[in-house]
Amino acid sequence: MNDGVNGVALAVFIFFFLAVTVVGFLAARWRRAENEASLDEWGLGGRSFGTWITWFLLGGDLYTAYTFVAVPAAIYAAGAAGFFAVPYTILVYPLIFTFLPRLWSVSHKHGYVTTSDFVRGRFGSKGLSLAVAVTGILATMPYIALQLVGIQAVLDVMGVGGGEDTNWFVKDLPLLIAFGVLAAYTYSSGLRAPALIAFVKDTLIYIVIAVAIIYIPIKLGGFDDIFAKAGEAFAQTNPATGAPRGALVPAEAGQWTYATLALGSALALFMYPHSITATLSSKSREVIRRNTTILPLYSLMLGLLALLGFMAIAAGVKVSNGQLAIPQLFEDMFPDWFAGVAFAAIGIGALVPAAIMSIAAANLFTRNIYKDFIKPDATPAQETKVSKLVSLLVKVGALVFVLTMDKTVAINFQLLGGIWILQTFPALVGGLFTRWFHRWALLAGWAVGMIYGTAAAYGVASPTQKHFGGSSKEIPGIGEIGYIGLTAFVLNVVVTVVLTFVLKALKAPDGVDETRPEDYTADAGDPGVEVELPPATAGTSH
Amino acid sequence: MSDVPEVKPPVVTPVRVVIALCLIAPFVAMLWVGSYAKTDPDFIGIPFFYWYQMLWVLISTVLTMTAYKLWQRDQRARTGGAAK
Repeated sequence: MNDGVNGVALAVFIFFFLAVTVVGFLAARWRRAENEASLDEWGLGGRSFGTWITWFLLGGDLYTAYTFVAVPAAIYAAGAAGFFAVPYTILVYPLIFTFLPRLWSVSHKHGYVTTSDFVRGRFGSKGLSLAVAVTGILATMPYIALQLVGIQAVLDVMGVGGGEDTNWFVKDLPLLIAFGVLAAYTYSSGLRAPALIAFVKDTLIYIVIAVAIIYIPIKLGGFDDIFAKAGEAFAQTNPATGAPRGALVPAEAGQWTYATLALGSALALFMYPHSITATLSSKSREVIRRNTTILPLYSLMLGLLALLGFMAIAAGVKVSNGQLAIPQLFEDMFPDWFAGVAFAAIGIGALVPAAIMSIAAANLFTRNIYKDFIKPDATPAQETKVSKLVSLLVKVGALVFVLTMDKTVAINFQLLGGIWILQTFPALVGGLFTRWFHRWALLAGWAVGMIYGTAAAYGVASPTQKHFGGSSKEIPGIGEIGYIGLTAFVLNVVVTVVLTFVLKALKAPDGVDETRPEDYTADAGDPGVEVELPPATAGTSH
Repeated sequence: MSDVPEVKPPVVTPVRVVIALCLIAPFVAMLWVGSYAKTDPDFIGIPFFYWYQMLWVLISTVLTMTAYKLWQRDQRARTGGAAK
């Protein structure tokens, strides 16, 4: 596929890339408030985003370039099993409908910037808050790295990735430039940059999907032919495993895996720091509830996108690296200029979440490690400065990760990240509804979940890998194959509940809860809820 | 976490039961994989398995929207009642 550079596609790609760069830098001036030095401004866009901006921001944030590349790639590789992303995103919205508004309210009442801020305030435990923060940072880092993998896939197909024999610097130069630009405007504009760029990204993505889903099937002779050809391809035996490559419909044995993956991923999604950052930047709790009713539009798009995996098979796309299947399909099917638009959509699709993720990770570090443990008297201006620097470091870290290590390492860590982040669910969502759990029990449950999840994932072999070969394994006691993250989560909850009974019986000190029941239902306009400029230090002043 | 216990007076009301059902329905439908793991009937060539789940994107959107509207009404009625 590296048979020369696709000039037209590359030119279109560069055009869009330059356009969003300009937008990114100009974003700093967009809806700017007076108090620029606070972390609320840089890290949460002044907490002023309305329904539509939040929609674009969350959509741009959750449906990343990697999603666009990986979901159809999974379908391309194995068929039905990869489609779990659709039920997963269906389940997310009824779920967050119940708890995100409460998180918004309590965070705005107390000036919480991160989930760890809330956990510390609710349970009076810096240890638990540290556990949540570290988990968040660990889970986010490989996610950022995967965004880079997404850009790399596009660059490779356009022919600018260079062959195996090119000098590493020339080979990675385009990626370095893309990332330098991303880092610069995130640093200067904060959350405002990805919010604005998300408009461009989603518009491009919607256009590309709409065209792809109509144009490609016509070229390939309709969905009947596409699925017939895909069915034949899946029925062929894979020499590496001795089993068929995949199936159009999950077999009896795969149904537990399918359901547990969908449920576990849905529970995990809004534990990720970047989802919460985008949520807290909205200006009222109504904005969030309303968003749960319009965000499913993205799920529909994801479903259509997943079908591209079948089209890649039917079109005879042959790639050794599944990640390249969709970019290659675009290159083969579309005229050059439109392939350029499609590649730009994926490339920009990587920049938005990468920016938000790095901001979210930086906020966690600043609030819950730097301020809680290193410099408790940091001023809001210092917090912002540290956060900006950390966001740079996080991105450089991700870049080094991608450039020095094999791609599979990033994918393995991402898989682990999903298992890990789910273990913060009891403390966060449990804490939003009840103070019954004991803080030490939550910490112990978290530890058990983390250890079980990591050990179980380590033990999964695949034809190509000895460890971390997949995310599902036999569920102890049930015997079906299920998502490891969900099994670990159930263990986590059991340990938490049992230990809470024990600790309560022993009268272990319960920590101070700085929140009150009415804080969880407060909305913009209520006394004490400052929408535009909440004091960034309110949550830590006592 | 089915219902959202936000206000004190009678916590379980018929409206809230409906809200809870709207939010729970997608979980039942999607996690019961056996109910839709088949290829027929197809829709313009797309096997049942795929179009059915995509249809549920729309159904769950309508359900969540209904829950949202009902919840808004419920809240308005309650704050109005408290003011009297």
